[in-house]
Amino acid sequence: MKKDIILAGVGGQGILTIATLIGYAALKRGWNLKQAEVHGMSQRGGDVQSHLRLSDEPIWSDLIPFGKADIILSVEPMEALRYLPYLSDEGWVITNSTPFNNIAKYPEIADIHNRVKEIKNHILIDADSIAKEVKANRSMNIVMLGAATKQLGFEPDELKEAIKTIFSKKGDVIVEANLRALEAGLQLG
Amino acid sequence: MEKLMLLGDEALAQGALDAGISGAYAYPGTPSTEIMEYIQRSKQAIEQKVHRTWSSNEKTAVESAIGMSYAGKRTIVCMKHVGLNVAADPFMNSAFTGANGGLLVVVADDPSMHSSQNEQDSRFYGKFALIPVLEPSNQQECYDMVFNGLTLSEKYHVPVLLRLTTRLSHSRAGITTRQTLPPNQLHFPEDPNQFMLLPAFARKKYKNLIALQNDFLKESATSVFNKKHESEENRRLGIIACGLAYNYLMENFAGKQIPYPILKICQYPVPVEAVTELYNSCESLLILEEGMPIVEEMVKGFSWSGTKPIKGRLDGTIPRDGELNPNIVARALGLPDKVGADIPDVVAPRPPQLCIGCPHADSYLALNEALKEYGKGHVFSDIGCYTLGFMPPYQAINSCVDMGASITMAKGAADAGLYPAVAVIGDSTFAHSGMTGLLDCVYEKANVVIVILDNSTTGMTGGQAYTAAGHLEDICIGLGVEKEHIRVFVPLKKNFDEMVQIYKEEIAYDGVSVVIPRRECVQTLKKKNKMEE
Ligand SMILES: Cc1ncc(C[n+]2csc(CCOP(=O)(O)OP(=O)(O)O)c2C)c(N)n1
Ligand code: SF4
Repeated sequence: MKKDIILAGVGGQGILTIATLIGYAALKRGWNLKQAEVHGMSQRGGDVQSHLRLSDEPIWSDLIPFGKADIILSVEPMEALRYLPYLSDEGWVITNSTPFNNIAKYPEIADIHNRVKEIKNHILIDADSIAKEVKANRSMNIVMLGAATKQLGFEPDELKEAIKTIFSKKGDVIVEANLRALEAGLQLG
Repeated sequence: MEKLMLLGDEALAQGALDAGISGAYAYPGTPSTEIMEYIQRSKQAIEQKVHRTWSSNEKTAVESAIGMSYAGKRTIVCMKHVGLNVAADPFMNSAFTGANGGLLVVVADDPSMHSSQNEQDSRFYGKFALIPVLEPSNQQECYDMVFNGLTLSEKYHVPVLLRLTTRLSHSRAGITTRQTLPPNQLHFPEDPNQFMLLPAFARKKYKNLIALQNDFLKESATSVFNKKHESEENRRLGIIACGLAYNYLMENFAGKQIPYPILKICQYPVPVEAVTELYNSCESLLILEEGMPIVEEMVKGFSWSGTKPIKGRLDGTIPRDGELNPNIVARALGLPDKVGADIPDVVAPRPPQLCIGCPHADSYLALNEALKEYGKGHVFSDIGCYTLGFMPPYQAINSCVDMGASITMAKGAADAGLYPAVAVIGDSTFAHSGMTGLLDCVYEKANVVIVILDNSTTGMTGGQAYTAAGHLEDICIGLGVEKEHIRVFVPLKKNFDEMVQIYKEEIAYDGVSVVIPRRECVQTLKKKNKMEE
């Protein structure tokens, strides 16, 4: 078993939290993991990505090779498309549909959505609205994690446990909100 | 033994703590910053009373580390690649003095310039200084190599260089830790003149360093980090893979038999004998390096070399610049390489930018207004978040060269007759290497305006404390700037007119002016508020 996952978004949108949760679940299974992160200049509102590699075999490269990613999991629709060169033929693009508009000329959002829909395996959901609906406004990233659970190859319980453990320091209210966000995402995955 | 999930930087930091260091020295710089940050967070570091405060710059950091080594304790000093340029003087000379307590100089290179103003390969510095260099290929080696590096340093009384690169510094994987070593006791060097580089001593020390080269070579030849994979199957190609390049090579053969003989090099000097053997036994060589073609150049320069093809960055098999990846290595091996769909045209670039509410934005808008009548081309700047003032809508600055250069470039331009000549420098950058330049300005009463952007932190690298915080005016006064030409304001929209007025008055003054816009970075403010919640 191996999963090569590109996590994508804009600096500050919480992709590293997604990585931490998936990582926790993978380690629980006794898998190997490598996770390349972006630190530094790009974190100032630029595009950021993380290469997350899970496998029950040894993992060599910290970077996923182009054309080999199983999943692009993105919290922003234009950012999902930025990493298409990494996607394998049978790979999935699972992305939030809500744009993060911090640039002068953000493209027509319909054009972005249409391009996502051209991808053979895709899930396009409005994670921002869903997070608000379940009163977990700041957990858009966890909605996306929920939507990707099946393709990631995890059982919902494994990720629930990860949320309970990782967020426990932040208190029950935050844990509950994130569990609601995960559940809502699961329904759409 | 415990298994931890750590960034390469963090694995190295944990290794240093477990290997019994008494102090870590550093100035922040991507991708090396997380080493010191990890040590500062570590309970173990507190218990072991490890020194872990940021230094003013890389030069002061290396010098402090040399002092700790003199006193017999183990130490690491960490920086990004360009930091070693700043610290080159003590670094080069430390190869002559040698070490007493183990001295490990950790330098993180940034090939492809993800967060840097240039690309350079610190292995050259190791070769230049004639000292051993370690180059980990994975997180476990980051951890282990601190032990080996410090041991090597104490065995031969030399500093050892450990070279990281971005992808390893910032990638996480599981590592197994070892039993913790006790710190050294305070003890003087056996030779009381070890650290005395008067020419008469230095000449002897240089001979001694040269004499050690053979020992270093033997260490490389027997190093656990340098490995040979034999393969009788195919002698057409022998592969040398250095540091991280080894992973990219192995990625291409994951789960398969590797058809070529491979030499993995992670400890230098280059193990010449093993390289010669490989060359002699194969029809051609492929040399894979994350960085500049230092090994490739060496191999091409050996007396026995010249007839067989040597492939790498110099002959175009691999691009001359930038970091490697598995696909580049696949192509170099002639393996099929399949890339996904192109980035669609609809995708727009998303460059980094100043945070919403950043104080620098207000400082720049007012400066632009004050300089309007003089046209463009008057503002020398420096390195930090404020370099993003180059971007629209500000387009406020005209240079960014190296830390501290804003002040001295403004002075040079003023010397040439440019008026106004304005320097914009961050507060941490000013502490790093702005002060001596300001003294040059004062000494000659140069007609310059120095803007020190005081956001009370080292913003670009994630908000670290810096040594001049809270003392900027005192420092300027101490350096001789006239009190009435040190002007402070709060960069906020509502103060726009006041800010423009102050800038204009100081531009009009024929002499050294310092303007200090003072408001905290919104990111560190957010962090503080969160902690108080
Ligand atoms: C010699 C050297 N050391 C370290 C760095 C990394 N670096 C770039 S900018 C910066 C700090 C900037 O802080 P400050 O001057 O306070 O400006 P701010 O980012 O807060 O606006 C650092 C540490 C570098 N580029 N060069
Ligand atoms: S991190 Fe601080 S200094 Fe840097 S852009 Fe953001 S607010 Fe400005």
